[in-house]
Amino acid sequence: MAFGPHLLLAALEGLVTSAVLALTALGLSLVFGVMRVVNVAHGEFFMLGAVLAWAISTAISGHPALGFLAALVLAPLIVGAIALVAERLVLRRLNYNPEATIVATIGMLYIIQQLALTFYGPGARPVEPPFSYRILLPWFGYSGYKLSIIAASAFLLLATWFVLTRTKIGLIMRATQYDSETAQAFGIPVDRVYAGVFALGAMLAAVAAVLIVPISQAHYLMGQDPLLLSFIVVIIGGLGSLRGTLVAAVLIGLSDGIISVFFSPTLAKIIATLLVAMVLVFRPQGLFGTASR
Amino acid sequence: MKDASPAKPYALHLGVIILLFALSFVLPDYHHGLLARIMVLAVFAMGYNMLFGYVGLLSLGHAMFFSAGLYGAGLAVIHLGWSVPAAFAAGILCGALLALVIGVLALRTSGVAFMIVTMMFAQVFYLVILYFASWTGGDQGMVVPQPARVLVLGSTSLDLTSPTVRYTSALALFSIVLLITLAIVRSRYGRVLVAIRENEERTKMLGYDTFSNKLVAVVVSGTICATSGAAYALLFGYVGSSFASVQYSILPLLWVLLGGAATTLGPLIGTLFMYYVVDITSGFTSAYLLIVGIALILLVLFFPKGILGSIRQRWLGWLP
Repeated sequence: MAFGPHLLLAALEGLVTSAVLALTALGLSLVFGVMRVVNVAHGEFFMLGAVLAWAISTAISGHPALGFLAALVLAPLIVGAIALVAERLVLRRLNYNPEATIVATIGMLYIIQQLALTFYGPGARPVEPPFSYRILLPWFGYSGYKLSIIAASAFLLLATWFVLTRTKIGLIMRATQYDSETAQAFGIPVDRVYAGVFALGAMLAAVAAVLIVPISQAHYLMGQDPLLLSFIVVIIGGLGSLRGTLVAAVLIGLSDGIISVFFSPTLAKIIATLLVAMVLVFRPQGLFGTASR
Repeated sequence: MKDASPAKPYALHLGVIILLFALSFVLPDYHHGLLARIMVLAVFAMGYNMLFGYVGLLSLGHAMFFSAGLYGAGLAVIHLGWSVPAAFAAGILCGALLALVIGVLALRTSGVAFMIVTMMFAQVFYLVILYFASWTGGDQGMVVPQPARVLVLGSTSLDLTSPTVRYTSALALFSIVLLITLAIVRSRYGRVLVAIRENEERTKMLGYDTFSNKLVAVVVSGTICATSGAAYALLFGYVGSSFASVQYSILPLLWVLLGGAATTLGPLIGTLFMYYVVDITSGFTSAYLLIVGIALILLVLFFPKGILGSIRQRWLGWLP
């Protein structure tokens, strides 16, 4: 293949990565922005989404699209419920203390990972895509499903943006993020907002995982890379900034896709991680964010 | 710190060392070997405690200092054919240099950002080890050959693979580091560190250069962890990338939290306790990560001071 089409292929792969990454990172960013909690278990919610998608789609016989759609609805709901329970049982009792919650979410990470290993097993299992239409470009055929991931993710991001900026729920969330004490004084149930945001963050990760699982595979360790990449995206985009998260996700996803096609993926990860650490050291508010109050 | 008399703490620490020495004669083989490993890893935990317990800086990347020592010593033996003391020194030096660089960069941040930055640097270190697999053995790791693990001192040569020598060396290392940390935390410098932990702004206002004090603490902490890593490579003869993974950054945090942060003996107790909990439960289930996870959550929820921290609060105010 010539260089041009090769680059196009890399860019398309990068866009698929970006789409999934944007959803995952948005969940992490919401939780951090509103609750000031760094959720290290976020990648495990992603993994749970994928594993549940496998379980649901194999349980439902018939056309693969049927099982997939059921998974797309049910898996995030189950993951959200699990996150809600974790929030009530652990995070709330810690008063959302930043350092204690990091340690606690590390604990959750190990628990979820181990339970997945015990009940799901160490193997990687595929989920059949809902449709297998190939779009024929002049140079190569490209999976129609992958393009639909980009569309689905764009739709979900728009919906989240709409909820955050145009609805009462969004207003309440932003008020809580801006100043939780004043919000409380104005009768906003901050406690319930936190619970809802934590569940929503986990659900976004789960949706992203359900979307990606037909082209990757469900595996109990699959949460590690999304966690790291989401951290990178959230940091580069500025902690708690929605637009920054989106721009950074596209940037990181595209460069990750393009660098991994031409160079070793390990090297790509080394460079990306190092750059991000440097961003945090020298520009802690992120490349696009403004200084926090 | 109500009772400032130095006799009691030193007596207690010497007592612990003598007890560990006495145990080497009575323990059955299996526990003898396990305890040697625990003592080396307790040194790792003590290094972590130096920073987390006394300065209040929660790092999620100390695996890189441990593995800097591990690889510094291990690779010097494997590729350069260095003798045991030279390799040991190389490992410690690698850790100290790395800690200096990381400290200068990471200490520009604080709180949550410090945790994430240290975790990312550790991740880079881990990936670099995987990337240079032809030298480091990648995720398979490498075995330090047995003939190279002999310590030649004048006319006598000590075989580090023999259980007795291994136990005694581990104990010697543990004792030295324990007494050094005890001396540090009882010194003026140790009190400055605690002051920084309690109120950095006020310490700064009192005229202390908090940045350089913290930097020294990072270097001391990293060096102790690297010492543990170097000793691990030479005593147990295995160098592997799993020691650089995130899990090995979390484990010292768990051990220190369990034993009691900011107590000199806490790291030993936490490591000992956790090692045996995992060892005993692995008889029933392979799900030891589950235990680690549950222990972490229960500790932060109900027992944030750890075993020795609670004992100090209730009964023994003089515990260092």
